Amino acid sequence: MAQYTLRRLLGAIPTLLLVVVLAFLLVHAAPGGPFDSERVLPAEIEANIAAYYHLDEPLPQQFIRYLSNAVRGDLGPSYRYRDYRVSELIAAALPISILLGALAMLLAVVIGVGAGTIAALRQNSIVDRVVMAFAMTGISIPVFVIAPVLVLFLAVKLNWLPAGWSATTGASRLLLPVVALALPQIAYIARLTRASMIEVLNSAYIRTARAQGLGTYAIVRYHALKPAMLPVVSYMGPAIAAILTGSVVVEQIFGIPGVGQFFVTGALNRDYTLVLGIVIVYAALVVSMNLVVDLIYGVIDPRVRYR
Amino acid sequence: MIALTQIAGRARGNYAITVSGGILAAIAVIAIVAPWLSPNDYLHTDFDNILSSPRFGGGHWFGTDDLGRDLFVRTMMGIQVTLLVALVASFVSLVIGVLYGAIAGYVGGRVDAVMMRIVDTLYALPFIFIVILLMVVFERNFLLIFVAIGAINWLDMARIVRGQTLSLREKEFIEAARLTGVSTFRIIVRHIAPNLIGVVVVYVTLTIPQAILVESFLSFLGLGIQEPQTSLGALVDAGVNQKESASWMLLIPGGLLALILMCFNFLGDGLRDFFDARQSP
Repeated sequence: MAQYTLRRLLGAIPTLLLVVVLAFLLVHAAPGGPFDSERVLPAEIEANIAAYYHLDEPLPQQFIRYLSNAVRGDLGPSYRYRDYRVSELIAAALPISILLGALAMLLAVVIGVGAGTIAALRQNSIVDRVVMAFAMTGISIPVFVIAPVLVLFLAVKLNWLPAGWSATTGASRLLLPVVALALPQIAYIARLTRASMIEVLNSAYIRTARAQGLGTYAIVRYHALKPAMLPVVSYMGPAIAAILTGSVVVEQIFGIPGVGQFFVTGALNRDYTLVLGIVIVYAALVVSMNLVVDLIYGVIDPRVRYR
Repeated sequence: MIALTQIAGRARGNYAITVSGGILAAIAVIAIVAPWLSPNDYLHTDFDNILSSPRFGGGHWFGTDDLGRDLFVRTMMGIQVTLLVALVASFVSLVIGVLYGAIAGYVGGRVDAVMMRIVDTLYALPFIFIVILLMVVFERNFLLIFVAIGAINWLDMARIVRGQTLSLREKEFIEAARLTGVSTFRIIVRHIAPNLIGVVVVYVTLTIPQAILVESFLSFLGLGIQEPQTSLGALVDAGVNQKESASWMLLIPGGLLALILMCFNFLGDGLRDFFDARQSP
């Protein structure tokens, strides 16, 4: 297992490196420099700026400098937020984004698996149809539509929950963003769970357990849940990527000062280093989460051999 | 062609396919035809009717936006753009995915191992962020959106097509073709590809909503289509900013976007049951 973990860790390095190279080249292939503006600066000043940001060096040298700094946790200076390093900006914003994403993920798994299991136990009943209709709606409404609609009805019209992010609103300010972020994932996980749970419940060993007089709860809890969870576990990787993408939108809509917010403003302001840094951090997150998911999969399913 | 009409005949009995397909066809036709019937165009600013609510009598069927432009015509235009981007992007991913998957599956051996290893590596990339980076760095370019979305979505297609090709390769008719001296390329194009139609149709229907999501996500962030052109995502973005004073600007394009996505999802589900393509991505 330790060997497998190590091998997968080493395997993740080329992927990450690919992201860094791709992103770096893209940014440097950009037409025009990052400091082009309406005002024409004297040549000496431009040269000074270029030298300060090492933009006068040849590209391979710049890349090596960037990479060796990045490995040590320094993603360079922000081009727009002067006086700040990109790493400082990300470090300040990351905790809130991670809190948001983790809560959404937790909610999605708990409710998605619960609803999917109930639907599978009562296959083709009214309950099943209602759950599946909700799930179909859930996967069809994009986060950037459901989030503002929730704000419009629950916050603006009914005034039950805070619409935005302010220091005074406490924990209730988290509720709407987390729900908006989790809804599509709840829907997807419910569909996955239902399908695999039905398959597991139809298998021979469940029939045996039933024949021995075990109750529905015990069958689900001790025999069916674990194997039925396998497709859900392998969906975790894409789900994490989807939640990261969704959090960009949700942070934007609710005005949450997270990484996604910086990403959007950075993208619109052409703050190349900031966007580059965030892409790399996101990629590292996705790749490492995928690794964790793979390891968990092996723990749940002993049939998976760590080769 | 006979086979296709037979398939179409059998599919008629399936409500998930017929109803959602019918709604989508109706939306597409209305989106193309209706702007001609409306007295307004997508650019004209009606200064007397800024942010007016939807009324059927007043000429602005879906109301107007904060610049007094007719929301009905703009929404129809948004649907056109959204569907066009999705179709072209899906076509791009279809061509890349089928060719790549069929070659990997048919040639097999080391070529297959390397090609699928590349797919695995690309799979782990958070592509959407690379696409955003692409949009940031280069001028917002309509063509780029197609290519970028197509480039994300071909991976699933390649995997599924490869799996299917692996089993097709062993069939007698392929062996017969090989024995009679048909070239590899010709076998892939003339004998393998036509037998992939079932799975490919299902997965194209499932990639279309994904392409729509990516396009509208980019447009929502202001990185996709640029004013005064519009798409459903851009309209939702405008609606979010006006939601308190003009909720129709959010609810109409948002609702239509959800309806279109839902129809494609139902259509894909129905087709999957229909072709009984049991492989999941």
